[in-house]
Amino acid sequence: MKGRNLGWLLLGTLFSSAAWAESKYNLTQGVTDVSHEVYDLHMLVLYICTVIGVIVFGAIFWSMFFHRKSKGHVAATFHESTKVEILWTVIPIFILIAMAVPATKTLIDIENNENSDLTIQVTGSQWKWHYRYFDKDVEFYSVLSTPKEQWDNLSGTGAEKGENYLLEVDKQLVIPINKKVRFLITSDDVIHSWWVAAFAVKQDAVPGFINEAWTIVNEPGVYRGQCAELCGKDHGYMPIVVEALPEDEFDAWLEEQRLAAIAAAEAEKASLAAMMTMDELMELGEATYVTYCAACHQANGLGLPPTFPALKGSSVAVGDISEHINIVVNGMAGTGMQAFGKQLTLKELAAVVTYERNAWGNNTGDAVQTADVKAAAGM
Amino acid sequence: MTTTATTDTDMAHDDHGHHGPATGFKRWLFTTNHKDIGSMYLWFAFIMFLTGGSMAMVIRAELFQPGLQLIDPDFFNQMTTVHGLIMVFGAVMPAFTGLANWMIPMMIGAPDMALPRLNNWSFWILPFAFSILLMSFFLGGAPNFGWTFYAPLSTTYSNGSTAFFVFAVHIMGISSIMGAINVIVTIMNMRAPGMTYMKMPLFVWTFFITAYLLIAVMPILAGVVTMLLTDTYFGTSFFNAAGGGDPVLFQHIFWFFGHPEVYIMILPAFGIVSTTIPAFSRKKLFGYSSMVYATSSIAFLSFIVWAHHMFTTGMPLVGELFFMYCTMLIAVPTGVKVFNWMATMWRGSISFEVPMMFSIAFVILFTIGGFSGLMLAMAPVDFQYHDTYFVVAHFHYVLVTGSIFSIFAAAYYWLPKWTGYMFNETLAKTHFWCSLISVNLLFFPMHFLGLAGMPRRIPDYALQFADFNMWVSIGGFAFGLSQLIFLAVVIKCIRGGAPAPAKPWDGAEGLEWTVPSPAPYHTFATPPKID
Repeated sequence: MKGRNLGWLLLGTLFSSAAWAESKYNLTQGVTDVSHEVYDLHMLVLYICTVIGVIVFGAIFWSMFFHRKSKGHVAATFHESTKVEILWTVIPIFILIAMAVPATKTLIDIENNENSDLTIQVTGSQWKWHYRYFDKDVEFYSVLSTPKEQWDNLSGTGAEKGENYLLEVDKQLVIPINKKVRFLITSDDVIHSWWVAAFAVKQDAVPGFINEAWTIVNEPGVYRGQCAELCGKDHGYMPIVVEALPEDEFDAWLEEQRLAAIAAAEAEKASLAAMMTMDELMELGEATYVTYCAACHQANGLGLPPTFPALKGSSVAVGDISEHINIVVNGMAGTGMQAFGKQLTLKELAAVVTYERNAWGNNTGDAVQTADVKAAAGM
Repeated sequence: MTTTATTDTDMAHDDHGHHGPATGFKRWLFTTNHKDIGSMYLWFAFIMFLTGGSMAMVIRAELFQPGLQLIDPDFFNQMTTVHGLIMVFGAVMPAFTGLANWMIPMMIGAPDMALPRLNNWSFWILPFAFSILLMSFFLGGAPNFGWTFYAPLSTTYSNGSTAFFVFAVHIMGISSIMGAINVIVTIMNMRAPGMTYMKMPLFVWTFFITAYLLIAVMPILAGVVTMLLTDTYFGTSFFNAAGGGDPVLFQHIFWFFGHPEVYIMILPAFGIVSTTIPAFSRKKLFGYSSMVYATSSIAFLSFIVWAHHMFTTGMPLVGELFFMYCTMLIAVPTGVKVFNWMATMWRGSISFEVPMMFSIAFVILFTIGGFSGLMLAMAPVDFQYHDTYFVVAHFHYVLVTGSIFSIFAAAYYWLPKWTGYMFNETLAKTHFWCSLISVNLLFFPMHFLGLAGMPRRIPDYALQFADFNMWVSIGGFAFGLSQLIFLAVVIKCIRGGAPAPAKPWDGAEGLEWTVPSPAPYHTFATPPKID
C-alpha cells in the first residue's frame, strides 16, 4: 500500500511542471515573463514530441513483438496507401501550426526593444565582459574571480572548489527589478555571446555591430550565465553574473559607483606626480600581469607561440620603452593583443610594463613611472 | 535473372582475364575498379572514425571531472575542432561514398562507375587532405576555432593553422565534388535496360539526391574558405567590420553550405534503412514513391533553412520567423519517412539479424534526434538551447545513432556479399548491444546538461554539471572501445567463416543478390534485363 502510494507520488512528480521547473534535468523557468513564456513553449513541444514518440515507438515495438517471424507471423502484402500518406502529411502540419502560433507571439515579444528605462552597453573581449551604463558615467570590466588554484590541476594540486566555481566575477553587473533594461551588445575582438538563462536572453556580441536585447526582472537575486559562443582559449572562463536589486537599492548603488569613478579619476591624476620604487612597481606589476596578461603570455613569460608570443627576451620587452608602453596601452591591430589603456589605471600600466621589462631574466633595470606612460602613449 | 548474371560474369572473366587486378600495392594505387575503390573508401573512413573517436575520448577524459586535469584549453579546442572535421569529412562522408561505389553499380546493373579514373583520383587525394590537416598538430597547433570556423576567430585571431585548414578543406571538397559527379553520371547513364527512375532502389535514389546536394554546396564551402584565406593572409576584409566586411556574412555563407551538408550526411542513411527494413520485415517498402518525394522535399528545404543556426546573431524578426517556419516544415517530410518505415514493419514477418537491429535502433534514435531538432527549430526557445550541450546531444543523435548506425547496418547487410563469408553473429550482436547501451549513456544525459545551462566547447564546467559529465564520459569510453569489436568482426569475416550464399537474407531484394558472394571483380559486363 505504502509502496503504491510512493509510486504514484513519483509518477505525479515526474509529470507536474512545478517539479520539472527547478530540477537539474530541465530548462529553468527563469525570473522574467519572457523566460516563463519560453519555458512553457519548451514544455509544450516536449509534450507533443513525447506523445508522437509514444505512438510511433509503440507501433514499432508492437510490430517487433507480435509481427515477428519466429512467432510464425506471415507478412502482409500492402505497401502503399495514398490516403494514409496524405493523412500523415496533413496532421503534422496542423500540429506544427499549433506550435508556431505561440512561438511567433513570444518571438515578437522578445524582439520588441522599445521603451526601455535603462540602457547598458555590454562589450565582450577575450575573455571578459565590459559593462557601461548609458548617461550614468559608470563603466567597468567584469572578470572571472575563481582563483587559478581551483581550476588548474595541471600545474597545482587543485584547491577545493567553491560553490560558484567558474560562475563568479570580480565585479557583477547590477540592474534594477521591474524596469525594462535594454542591453546593447557588441565585441572588441571575436564573436562572443551574452547569455543569462534566467532571463532567456542570449545574444551574440559581434565585433563592429551592435545587437539589442532586453529584460524585465521580476525577482531580486543573483543570476549567473556564461559566454555561449566559442571565442578562443579561455571561452570557458568568462562568466556573467547579474544582480537584480529593488529600485531604491539600485539607485544607491549607481550613485556609489559614480562617486567611486570620480574618486578614481582624481587618484589617476594624483598618481602622475607620484614616484614609485622599483619594489612597489614590481609587486603591483606582477599582480596585474597575473590577472590581465598571464592568460595569453603565461605566468613564465613564454607565451603560447605562434598565437601568443613570448615576452621573455622579446624585442618589445627589452627594446624601446615607449614602443613597449604604446603596445600595452593601445594594443596591436590585427592580433589578439588588446588595448589595456582603458582597462588598467596609469599606475597599473606603469607597474606591468616595469614588471615585463625586469621579470624572467629580462633585467633591463628600467623603472617606468605613471608620467612615462602618459607621455609615451599620448593619453 | 540469376542465371543470366552468372553467365555474364563468367564471360567477363574471360574477356578481362589479361587485365584483372594487379598485385601488391599497385593494385590499390592504380585501380579503377569500383569495388576496390569502395573498399578503400570504407577502410579510410573507418581509420578516420577511430582517429576522430580517439580525439573525442581525449575530450571526454578532460571533462570527466571539473578542473583542468590533462590538457590545456587551447589543445582542448584543437581536439573539438579536429574531431568534428574528421568525423564529418573523414568518416561519415567517405563511408557513404564507399557504399555508393560498392553498391550503386551492382544495384543498377552497371559494370562499374561511369568515370573510373576520376573515381581513383577522388579517393587518392583524400589521404593527402587529412595528412595536411593532421600535420598541423606538429607545426604550431591544429585548427582551434571549431569545425564551424567562425570568423574572425579563424582569421585575425587564429593560430597559424588557417592555411593548413583551408587547403585540406579544398582537397576534401574537390574529392566530394568528383565523387558526386561520378554518382550522378553513373545513375543517369548506366542503369540496366528497363530500370526506370521510379524502379531504382531507394538506396540509389537517396545517393542520387545527395550527389546533387554535394555539387550545389561544396563550391560554396570552397568559396568561403578561400575568403577566409584571403582575409587571414592577403589583407581582404570580407568578414572584418573594420574594413567594411561583416563577421555574420561568414555564418550565412558557411551555413548555406552547412545545412545541406547535414542532409548529405543523413539522406544516404535513409536509403540504407529503406533497404534493410523491408528485407528483414519480408514486406515491400511502404510508400516507395512518397519516400522519393519526401527525400526530394527535404533536399529542397535544406537550402532555405540555413539561418536557424544563427537565431542569436541579431537577425531581424522577419528573418527569424521565415527560418523558424521553414525549419519546422522539415518535420513533415521527415515524419513521412519515419511513418513509412513504421508501416513497413507493421504486419511484416520480422526477424532480428544484426543489420535489422541497427536499422531499428536507427529509426528510434534518429527520431529522438528529430524531436530535439524540432525543439531547436522554435526560435524563442532556441535562445535557450543554442550553443549548449542540448545542441551537442541533438546532432550526435542524428549523426552517430543516425548516420553511423545506418553505416553499420549497411556494412553488416552487405559484408557477406563483399567478403563471401558470413560474419560472426555473436560478436556482431555484442557490438550492437555494447554500442546501443553506451551511445545512449553517452548522448542522452547531454540533453539534461544543455537544459541545465552547460555551454558547448568548454574545457571545464561549474560543479552542478559534474555527475552527468562523469556518466557521459564513461559512456564515451565504452562506445569508443565497442567499435574495436566491429573491427574484429570485419577482419574475421574477411579471413573466413561460413561461406555466404549469393543471397544470405531471405527477404532481400535487388540485383546485387543475383551475383555470387563474394561479388566477382567484374559484374554485369552485360546488363541484366529488368521487367
